[in-house]
Amino acid sequence: MGNITLSAVTKTFGDVNVIPPLDLEINDGEFVVFVGPSGCGKSTLLRLIAGLEDISSGKITIDGRDATDAAPAERRLAMVFQSYALYPHMSVRKNIAFPLKMAKLSQAEQDKKVENAARILNLTNYLDRRPGQLSGGQRQRVAIGRAIVREPAAFLFDEPLSNLDASLRVTMRQEISELHQSLKTTMIYVTHDQVEAMTMADKIVVLNAGNIEQVGSPLELYHRPRNLFVAGFIGSPKMNFITGAEAAKHGCTTLGVRPEHIEVGDGPWEGVIGLAEHLGSDTFLKVDVAGVGTLTVRVQGERGLHHGQTIRMTAPADKLYRFGPDGLAL
Amino acid sequence: MARKSSSLKTTVVTVASWTIGFLIFFPILWIIILSFKTEGDAIKSPLEVLTSSWTLHSYAEVQTRSNYALHFWNSVVLSVGSTVLALVIAVPAAWAMAFVPGKRTKDLLMWMLSTKMMPAVGVLVPMYLLFRDLGLLDSRIGLTVVLTLINLPIVIWMLYTYFKEIPGEILEAARMDGANLRSEILYILTPMAVPGIASTMLLNIILAWNEAFWTLQLTTKAAAPLTQFIASYSSPEGLFYAKLSAASTMAIAPILILGWFSQKQLVRGLTFGAVK
Repeated sequence: MGNITLSAVTKTFGDVNVIPPLDLEINDGEFVVFVGPSGCGKSTLLRLIAGLEDISSGKITIDGRDATDAAPAERRLAMVFQSYALYPHMSVRKNIAFPLKMAKLSQAEQDKKVENAARILNLTNYLDRRPGQLSGGQRQRVAIGRAIVREPAAFLFDEPLSNLDASLRVTMRQEISELHQSLKTTMIYVTHDQVEAMTMADKIVVLNAGNIEQVGSPLELYHRPRNLFVAGFIGSPKMNFITGAEAAKHGCTTLGVRPEHIEVGDGPWEGVIGLAEHLGSDTFLKVDVAGVGTLTVRVQGERGLHHGQTIRMTAPADKLYRFGPDGLAL
Repeated sequence: MARKSSSLKTTVVTVASWTIGFLIFFPILWIIILSFKTEGDAIKSPLEVLTSSWTLHSYAEVQTRSNYALHFWNSVVLSVGSTVLALVIAVPAAWAMAFVPGKRTKDLLMWMLSTKMMPAVGVLVPMYLLFRDLGLLDSRIGLTVVLTLINLPIVIWMLYTYFKEIPGEILEAARMDGANLRSEILYILTPMAVPGIASTMLLNIILAWNEAFWTLQLTTKAAAPLTQFIASYSSPEGLFYAKLSAASTMAIAPILILGWFSQKQLVRGLTFGAVK
């Protein structure tokens, strides 16, 4: 079981209020991603759940038990750190076995669980190496191995993939998702990468300056962002925001339109292509539209569009996002 | 051209370091030479290093006049004992200062170091009276405690700088893995800091071995280490240079050999954390 509930949790460092009162419910077996720009408090929030930082006020409940004042070890949570935080003086086998040794399991049981974890993570051939002799991806797997042998109530991941190169990141992302599907254990994952958030999460928590901006499934956030911040943060390339007369025409303060929803061909917006990026599968355009501003446009495939060309564009009415003066969706 | 000037530079640096090394080593060399001379030859001026005869007479004399083995053993007990005791106290102290620093940790470290700046003679009288009343005069236990306390600030400082180099996340990982404070220090921190702890140990053994002020004041015979043994060869009636040199050579030989074999570790220890 891995239900985690935060009620009115706050955290202050000296005079700085990092987390204002915050409530959050994480259900058993969910893959929850905390996403937000750097400095938004997502790592702090994870460390509060882990017990590595004390909360300033509020209550944390894990599996119905009050864990507010429990030591990290007593919370039955396992954490994978950004730096992997492997024990450099121990072999891979001893690294993975360390939590079991701390739990005073017999040697035979330790060996069995370590072998099992190593098999799942393809580490069997590396068990007698030191962390220093492994590649980044292998180290990451050892860190995950050390987490899974404990059979924790929940896994906590603190930006685990940010030290890996782009292709390895995609592979590890899939491995973690598969791991979640086979273990069905609650996972809380912190990242600043919205692609990781969208692809892995059952539930995304968008954080900004310690506040929860919105909680929802990836597609809910994509289709129904609650405010400008979420609208701008979720989706790549970023949503275009149009203000002024054009927005007023649609009865809002800010009009949002996603680059992939703009159709090139005919329509009310006429502009000059400032920049065209050809990826083969897609073309990204930066178009300067008089009275509207610069719009980012995503065109499927290759349409032979180039710099300096004048084009006309439109967006279907049901794909427009309207925001009021307070930044909230209308 | 560039190569020529750099090889010239290498030569200059080499000559300079050998010169400095020789100057520093010269007194020790002088003592060793004198220890193999007769008393008569030892006070000749100028000394006839090569022309005068060599003898082991002074060593034999020193052996019959005093109990080298006892003093050697006392030195070993005092330096190793005070080092082990200091480490037992300093490891947790340095852990606390490095990983859970408070507002006043820096001040505390400075204050500890400042106690090293005070002349030891300033506390001699109270210390002597304490030792007398507690019956600790001329006892190994009493002196071990004093040597521990004297070197503790340096030991804590050195360990503190080593511990600061260990990433906090690794200790947090251990905490998440269920390690309590004892396991965290025993299984993670200490093994990772072994090079640092080893060089701290070596340095402390050398400092304790060389400590003369307190050993001379608080011991007479039973607990007297090698410093007392050397001192007993300087007398107000006149110096016996050859015997004094023989005693000194015997006193410094063990630590010189230890230092020789561990110099790599020592240099690494003393410069650790300097670059970065």
